[in-house]
Amino acid sequence: MKPPKFAYHAPTTVREAVELLAELGDDVVVLSGGQSLIPMLNLRLANPTDVIDLGGVDGLGDVAARDGGLDVGAMVTHRQMETNDLIASTAPLAQHAAGFIGYRAIRNRGTIGGSIAHADPAAEWPAVVLALDGAITLTSAEETRNVAGDDFFESLFTTAKRPDELVTSVHLAGRFQDNWGFSEFQRRTGDFAAVAVAVGCVITDSSVVEARVALAGVAERPLRCPAAEQALTGPHTGGAAEVAAVARDSFEPVGDSHGSSEYRKRLVFAETHRAVAQALGSDIESIANA
Amino acid sequence: MREITVTINGKPTSATVSPRLLLSDFLRQDIGLTGTHVGCEHGYCGSCTVHVDGASTRSCLTLAVQVAGRAVDTVESLAPDGEALHPIQQAFQDCHGLQCGFCTPGLLMSVAELAGTNPECGRAEIREHLAGNICRCTGYHQIVDAVERALVALREAQVDG
Ligand SMILES: Cc1cc2nc3c(=O)[nH]c(=O)nc-3n(C[C@H](O)[C@H](O)[C@H](O)COP(=O)(O)OP(=O)(O)OC[C@H]3O[C@@H](n4cnc5c(N)ncnc54)[C@H](O)[C@@H]3O)c2cc1C
Ligand code: FES
Ligand code: FES
Repeated sequence: MKPPKFAYHAPTTVREAVELLAELGDDVVVLSGGQSLIPMLNLRLANPTDVIDLGGVDGLGDVAARDGGLDVGAMVTHRQMETNDLIASTAPLAQHAAGFIGYRAIRNRGTIGGSIAHADPAAEWPAVVLALDGAITLTSAEETRNVAGDDFFESLFTTAKRPDELVTSVHLAGRFQDNWGFSEFQRRTGDFAAVAVAVGCVITDSSVVEARVALAGVAERPLRCPAAEQALTGPHTGGAAEVAAVARDSFEPVGDSHGSSEYRKRLVFAETHRAVAQALGSDIESIANA
Repeated sequence: MREITVTINGKPTSATVSPRLLLSDFLRQDIGLTGTHVGCEHGYCGSCTVHVDGASTRSCLTLAVQVAGRAVDTVESLAPDGEALHPIQQAFQDCHGLQCGFCTPGLLMSVAELAGTNPECGRAEIREHLAGNICRCTGYHQIVDAVERALVALREAQVDG
């Protein structure tokens, strides 16, 4: 239960970090908060030759307003997401979801960039990124590129990030700031979600003009549910329960030791119902409560 | 090996460490502060909880090299002269908030953080905050009693002070 031997690098700029990544080859890992990597090192599930610590890299810890939304630096911690004023005003869904991640000590160190790079299918951030039309900024020694959240998450712990790239920031849209919902089921406080649902809506004149429904825990990657989004959009929405039923019928989650497929489908219904009702709130109350 | 300087319980300390050394082992074996306990070594039990720059941290999920230049406080910082107990420790003793004591150092450090960031909180929030500290002995009720009492004692001390 101790990390294996590795060479340790502590760059101070993104440039230096990506050059190290390019130079050191395939068995190099990046260390951010360490809240997923260090357990893997302790359990010897990871055996890197080199570890590049981003802890001392400048410019990865900022939250800034851009295009009505936010650019969040990769090294911003879960706890900062929970307590930052700009997050609370522009992406309250993200602020709320942050509190569901693990325990305080995990949130104090774990980072949004690390969680997104890690891509655990039950993690909160990937689902929140999908619900807020997020995009991931990736930086290598050659280029900087932006990848839409939906194209970034590929499968279990697998993303569109190349080994020579760093996640440097995450963009979250601001237009869902008034109507959003989040709900998840944890077997014990702080556990990874069995199912988590994040919802973002834009409502004009009591009509949902745009909707996002994103789920974690239903497949090997976080997914949006287009059918539920469609059921939620428009003036004639049938109600939160109808949207929840559409979401439930859209997935065939795999059963495991934490719950059968049928049980997870029920969770999809219950959590989607809550998240949608919360998103509609008092703006479309009759529907939220239907 | 790497040279690091860390302020441990208020005292600047320099050491040469291997990059793979965990903060928990650094504190216990290199510095001799064995109050920090090690249970699971993968982040679940909470017994290794210390503060880094005032924020609770799993010392088993932190490398010693990551705390270079930072302030680390361990359970030993609560009663530095080893005599008068800290109000949180006193409340744990008074309410029977411990039996074997294995989980206690981590719990005390988690509670110390709670007292700083949410001193007015009630039982539900106490339970939620302590969800990441596992205790095999007490059944938790007396721990929650102890924390409630400690928060009151700390608030009163602040009013008096
Ligand atoms: C007890 C416990 C409970 C937890 N509960 C939850 C939970 O409920 N929900 C949840 O979502 N998570 C949970 N986590 C995981 C936690 O959120 C981690 O913080 C997160 O998954 C990884 O972020 P990190 O900053 O710690 O990354 P690290 O552990 O440092 O890195 C994780 C992986 O991502 C890579 N990486 C890190 N940063 C970058 C980057 N900027 N660019 C490219 N690659 C990078 C690393 O090389 C590594 O492979 C839990 C962890 C523990 C120990
Ligand atoms: S020993 Fe660190 S959390 Fe269990
Ligand atoms: S008192 Fe024994 S584990 Fe808590």
